[in-house]
Amino acid sequence: MRPFDYKRAERLEHAGQLAAAEDTLAIAGGTNLIDLMKLQVETPATLVDLNHLPLAGIEEHEDGLRIGALATNTATAVHPRVRADYPLLARAILAGATQQLRNKATTGGNLCQRTRCWYFTNTDQPCNKREPGSGCGALMGRADLHAVLGTSEACIATYPGDMAVAMAALDATVEIAGEKGSRSVPLREFHLLPGDTPHIENVLEPGEIITAVTLPTPVGGKQIYRKVRERSSYAFALVSVAAALRMEGESIAHAALAFGGLAHKPWHDPRIDDLLTGEKPSMALFDKAADLLLEDAQGYGENDAKIPLARRALTATLIDATGVSA
Amino acid sequence: MKSLTMDKPDERNRLDAMKQGVIGKPLDRPDGPIKVSGVAPYAAEYDIANAAYGVFVTAPIARGKVAKIHEDSVTGMDGVIAVVADERFTTRAAQGTAGEAPEQGPGEVDYWGQPIALVVAESYEAARDAAQRLKVDFHADDLADIPFDPDAVEPEKDEGQRQGDLAHAMAEAVHSVDRTYTTHGHASAAMEPHASIAEWQDGKLTVHASLQMLNFNIAELADALDLEEDDVRLVSRFVGGGFGSKLGVSQDVVAAAIAAKQVGRPVKVAMTRQHVFQAIMRRSESTQRLRLAADAEGRLTGFGHEALVSNLPGEDFAEPVTQSSKFLYGGENRLLRIDVARIHRMCAGSVRAPGEAVGMTALEAAMDELAEQVGIDPVELRLRNIPDKHPTKDIPYSSRKLAECLKEGAAAFGWQGEDRKPRQRREGEWWIGTGVASGSRVHNVEEAKARVTLRPGGTALVETDMTDIGTGTYAILGQIAGEMLGLDPKDVEVGLGDTDFPRGPGSGGSWGAPSSGSAVFLACEALREEIASLLKGEEGNLTMKDGTAVVGNTSRTIDELLGGKELQRTGHFQPGKTEKEFAAASYGAFFAEVAVNDWTGETRVRRLTGAFGIGRVLNEKTARSQCLGGMTWAIGAALTEQLLFDPRDGHLVNCDLAEYHVPVHRDVPECEVLLVEERDPAASPIQAKGVGELSMCGAAGAIANAVYNACGVRAYSFPMTPAVLLEGLVEQAKA
Repeated sequence: MRPFDYKRAERLEHAGQLAAAEDTLAIAGGTNLIDLMKLQVETPATLVDLNHLPLAGIEEHEDGLRIGALATNTATAVHPRVRADYPLLARAILAGATQQLRNKATTGGNLCQRTRCWYFTNTDQPCNKREPGSGCGALMGRADLHAVLGTSEACIATYPGDMAVAMAALDATVEIAGEKGSRSVPLREFHLLPGDTPHIENVLEPGEIITAVTLPTPVGGKQIYRKVRERSSYAFALVSVAAALRMEGESIAHAALAFGGLAHKPWHDPRIDDLLTGEKPSMALFDKAADLLLEDAQGYGENDAKIPLARRALTATLIDATGVSA
Repeated sequence: MKSLTMDKPDERNRLDAMKQGVIGKPLDRPDGPIKVSGVAPYAAEYDIANAAYGVFVTAPIARGKVAKIHEDSVTGMDGVIAVVADERFTTRAAQGTAGEAPEQGPGEVDYWGQPIALVVAESYEAARDAAQRLKVDFHADDLADIPFDPDAVEPEKDEGQRQGDLAHAMAEAVHSVDRTYTTHGHASAAMEPHASIAEWQDGKLTVHASLQMLNFNIAELADALDLEEDDVRLVSRFVGGGFGSKLGVSQDVVAAAIAAKQVGRPVKVAMTRQHVFQAIMRRSESTQRLRLAADAEGRLTGFGHEALVSNLPGEDFAEPVTQSSKFLYGGENRLLRIDVARIHRMCAGSVRAPGEAVGMTALEAAMDELAEQVGIDPVELRLRNIPDKHPTKDIPYSSRKLAECLKEGAAAFGWQGEDRKPRQRREGEWWIGTGVASGSRVHNVEEAKARVTLRPGGTALVETDMTDIGTGTYAILGQIAGEMLGLDPKDVEVGLGDTDFPRGPGSGGSWGAPSSGSAVFLACEALREEIASLLKGEEGNLTMKDGTAVVGNTSRTIDELLGGKELQRTGHFQPGKTEKEFAAASYGAFFAEVAVNDWTGETRVRRLTGAFGIGRVLNEKTARSQCLGGMTWAIGAALTEQLLFDPRDGHLVNCDLAEYHVPVHRDVPECEVLLVEERDPAASPIQAKGVGELSMCGAAGAIANAVYNACGVRAYSFPMTPAVLLEGLVEQAKA
């Protein structure tokens, strides 16, 4: 671990100033960052500790809910409003990591979680994300964990988290504070595809800090988080599907789906939501949804199975949400 | 010293005649409280004054030479003391029981991730940072010239063990199975990483290390450093899991010793999780062809088990995949062989139950197919194929409880073997099915010594360099001594894991309990002879119970008899003729119930029952715990555990516990363990056999058979991940 300076941010403005400095990273729960620092994937000269900022609250917000950036995953998952109105979020969080990690992990930190790509975490292998221009080890190497949607020649890593996938389906908004003021970004636009700059993973500018995630008015209906994995706990998703789907009569009145394990970001394809909304559920309709999801999917050998797996996970989720029989 | 060479079975069952009544009882392990409260010191946790910290630098090339180490790239860094790169560094761990130094000379690189140098600093963090930054030039061999894929090289062909004509038997068979299975490599993945603290005093070296077999390790370390064993002491009082990975002296031990000498102060080397995965032994992947020829009733007439495994050039170890195939089932026409592909992945060696762990998986999956063809209960198929006599040797079996395990396990599990048609039971999205497999593991014993001291006050001390790798050695040795000497095990102190104590074979090959237990038994017999003579009687007429010795009408407490002095005897156990004159093994049977998700192929084990014949049970609780551990390992081997290598440079990609998936609590259902009553007189003077490895040998096969019974998909590749099962599930749905 590279020796580093520690600075505590006492006020939000202060945090932005400190974090904007060169060679500086912000730390909240540290569940991901400290691991990466031990491996020297991250070698900040300075850490800015955000934990003393007043950002841990979960409170009513217009007709929705505002989850502070420092609210822990556990606090969010057990919050009565979350459980009652956004059960998808609680389920996604509880499907991730372990209780010990969730007790430390924060909302903002979780959104900034780095990929699990094993070329990224191995400093003796090339990785364009860790060291721009060094090449992608996974592309011609082992791609078991890797993305099948939105990849580039530079990077085929996935965003590994669960919480953000649910937030993408729920159409959450990320609140950001920076030296130039505050702004809001739809969560669906917060993370970026790798393109030729895979080291840039989200829209945060230097010195910007996530302050909260807001959830809109509850949509009700069935909320399902299906996470496919080899073992039952502490495994990142091979494929995950977050679905918020409300039936009215025999038709789908509201459909919002997002996917994990498939891409460099929580994957949301508005065409799928549009396709489903207003329609009577059927296997044929679900097939079309899967066709849309996967029309540009590309496997890299070891991860080829993610494509049929995603199709089947989506289909099973829609059957579960609508009650259609297979 | 009381010595015994095991030249004939010991039918006396002396432990059964003792009166204390503690042998076999499910007593808590005495080391439990200090372990769970975190105060039991593991190797890296000794607080040794003035210790510096060493961290390995590893090679980022697959094969080649170290050209130059630029020490000046780190020597100016804060806290850095030295860069140690010594030709005596070992490049890999020693194989189990090697007793001599493994390959030395880190300047020659044989696999990606090989330790080549050690950076020593004032703190662990500084050492790790400097190790990361140390500039090293290599002459790397062209990757195109280096073999990494075991299937792409011409292997070293094994002559094999042949009898009769297997091909003919297959052609003539009424029923036959000819299948090829592949298994991925496994890591031991012990919780405690390999770690050492080395300290020199007056030319003598002491190393606190995490090792399984000190008696061999001290020889390996002394050989590596060209020292006399008398000048070396190894201490491993607690070992946080070994599972084979700590059988041989590991790179950290040698490097810490050399570095401590060079910098003139104690040096602590704790390997990182990544280094442990990348530089310590792997279980080889395997490709196994199983050929079973049978008559109309399913009786085997031919048996073929051929395997391809891999290792580095020059390494003798080859995963002994066919080990139990030599004797478990009959079939007069036989072919067993193991070819070895020489490739440049890290060294392959022993990982829990080398051989059977993967060999039995494939064999028992093939047996399931045979039972289906014959149309009989797979339990019955196995019962029919328990051979009356050894298939190739003119020797009897020692006590063998396979049939009892199958029957008692079936009853406990509620096995229904008549209608085995797959895809019959469904709960929502999940197919439910059951499967069975036999379990088998060769029995081994090794030379062992132990010293037992009776002390004034009526307590005893047991000392041996045997280790407790989490298995319960502290408990069972105390119980053996307590039973023999008539003492509450609470009054028996057990000292382990120190080469200053009488030596034994350590923990490995499941021989620890029967071997070191026999040495303790012999020492106690010698003490009993002395006590009997103090009472002017015969040892055979001596009763010892609750601290009192009785012969005839004479009764004395041990304290009175000792008269304020200690009484000490050493037991010396040696394997003898019974090893060759009997086919000895421990046996078991596994019954699994699984759920397979029809959409995703995710498989969860819902129930697992294991029945085991392990000879005398020394402690019902620790034996059961070992069985639970082995069954848990089998869940991993069946469903999740696989070493994944980059095909271009042979480096291991999933080198931490987040990506190498061992089963976690939610993956392990309530498991049931039955310990079948048995004494095996040919196994050891305490009639005990090994237990730690047996409990995973075959269990993954039972899980595979349950997967087939559930969803109709036969897996020929392990682990059975969703990706492996998905294609079959799609086909089944179409059919």
